[in-house]
Amino acid sequence: MNRVETSRKTHTGRKLTLYQKQNLVGWAFLIPATLLIIWMCFYPMLRALLLSFQSGTGARMSFAGLKNYAYLLKDGIFIQTLKNNFIYLIIQVPIMLVLALALAALLNNPHLRLRGLYRTAIFLPCATSLVSVSLIFRAMFAVGGFVNITLMKLGLIQTDINWINGSGETARALIIIALIWRWTGYNMVFYLSGLQSIDSTLYEAAYIDGANRFQQFRRITVPLLKPTILLTAILSTNGTLQLFDESYNLTRGGPSNLSMTMSHYIYRMSFETVPKFGYAAAMSYVIFILVAILALLQMKVGDKR
Amino acid sequence: MKRRLVSILTYTFLTVTAVFSVFPLLWMAISATNTSQVVLSGSLVPGTHLYDNYLALLQNQPVWRAMGNSFTYSIGQTLLAMVICSLAGYGFEVFHTRNKDRLMSLLLMAMMVPLAATMVPLFQMMGKMGLLNTAIGFVLPSVSTPFLIMMFRQSARSFPHDIIEAARIDGLNELQIFFRMFFPTMRATYAAALTIVFMNAWNNYLWPKVIMQTNDSMTMPMLTANLMSGYVVDYGMLMLAVLLSTLPTVIIFFLLQKSFTEGIAGAIKG
Repeated sequence: MNRVETSRKTHTGRKLTLYQKQNLVGWAFLIPATLLIIWMCFYPMLRALLLSFQSGTGARMSFAGLKNYAYLLKDGIFIQTLKNNFIYLIIQVPIMLVLALALAALLNNPHLRLRGLYRTAIFLPCATSLVSVSLIFRAMFAVGGFVNITLMKLGLIQTDINWINGSGETARALIIIALIWRWTGYNMVFYLSGLQSIDSTLYEAAYIDGANRFQQFRRITVPLLKPTILLTAILSTNGTLQLFDESYNLTRGGPSNLSMTMSHYIYRMSFETVPKFGYAAAMSYVIFILVAILALLQMKVGDKR
Repeated sequence: MKRRLVSILTYTFLTVTAVFSVFPLLWMAISATNTSQVVLSGSLVPGTHLYDNYLALLQNQPVWRAMGNSFTYSIGQTLLAMVICSLAGYGFEVFHTRNKDRLMSLLLMAMMVPLAATMVPLFQMMGKMGLLNTAIGFVLPSVSTPFLIMMFRQSARSFPHDIIEAARIDGLNELQIFFRMFFPTMRATYAAALTIVFMNAWNNYLWPKVIMQTNDSMTMPMLTANLMSGYVVDYGMLMLAVLLSTLPTVIIFFLLQKSFTEGIAGAIKG
């Protein structure tokens, strides 16, 4: 490369060197994508930050300092939605990831019969939109609906459970069930891809050394899949903190906001009542900061182990 | 004996999981053929009301309009995203310099930005540009995504540099190399990108809900969600709408399942 550069330079003094020319061409390739991300993501993010220091409605906004942030601490509904998001995160993400990992480990066995069929079936929910998932589950779990009737036939319950509006627990449980259904297969695919890059002779060696299946799983599979597990954990955390469709369509946030998510509340504050853009922006920054902190935390923990 | 037990447990666990995974979709499809009453009674027998539900749906909502919108927006987003992000991924990898690597890490931060935070400013920006209720408004915020750029960057890593050099010597310019050499070789990555972007675009709900304010610009997920909001919900009709809105993504899923999983595998490597 160096030799080419010097020969070019001596040949035509003011023309760009080959290296410089390629560097510029490279920038041309990535400029559309970069500008779009800056324009459609970073710039609005900055505007949201400015908004979060303002109060008022519609076009009449005035500087309010940290008032919006201070109000967050007093807003019972916001605190409830924050709690809800954390309940979803703490209960749903671990269950789903462990389940996905177990399924991937089982399906990675090349001697397993019907492997492709199992994989396709478990992966299929990913093709369903979150709105569809919400509506299907809302209909299945309706009072007097399929799930209640089946549970009664099985003798597991005596009377109908009002899943959607009965209590905060049932409504949140319903959202968690729907989330696990929708996303387990998706995460399983990540693990299956990760497993394929693990050398199978490792397992043979462990087998000869007398390690049983569970020990092999703990000592070989989990450590070698660590980067993938980290990635899925970060993606799911991010997704869970941003939940909207399920809260909005499956439970409508009810009963009395007990299953509502932060994004749902932000949407309500921005578009369903008298718009409080400033307050909504402050809330959205809470989500952003939580996502950032949790991602960093997970990367730290992932690095240590 | 013990091995037998383990194998029985394995197959039972997998079968139960597979059945639970497929059942809600099956239930939805069956329900689309029944009346609301039959759906609520918990029946699992396909009925004869599919056409009646269809007529009711047509009368109730502009289904084909919404279907057409969803296809227009999703196909537009898919094509643009594939071109723009693959150009960028290729650029970041083939012409990489320290500054470009720095820029890439900066762009990756966009993955952490929640839509809830940008939605109000974006809504105001779209309003000012007159892009509310338009396909461009739908597409703009999600055409360029760090995830897709990263995916193409990973695949560009496996694209042999010798080919690029040889093509340069043959007198092809950089864009020609990209479209004539990279594009055809990386079909698998493009197929994966197609599945991922199309599904995301088709299933997107919050953003179209923010900017599509007329019945004429509505998407399929918006339409199905609207059916649930009345006091009396016709479950048969609702499930038919859900079926219609799920069908395109399920078809793509079956056609491109392999490349989808390969794409994920490519994205997580390295």
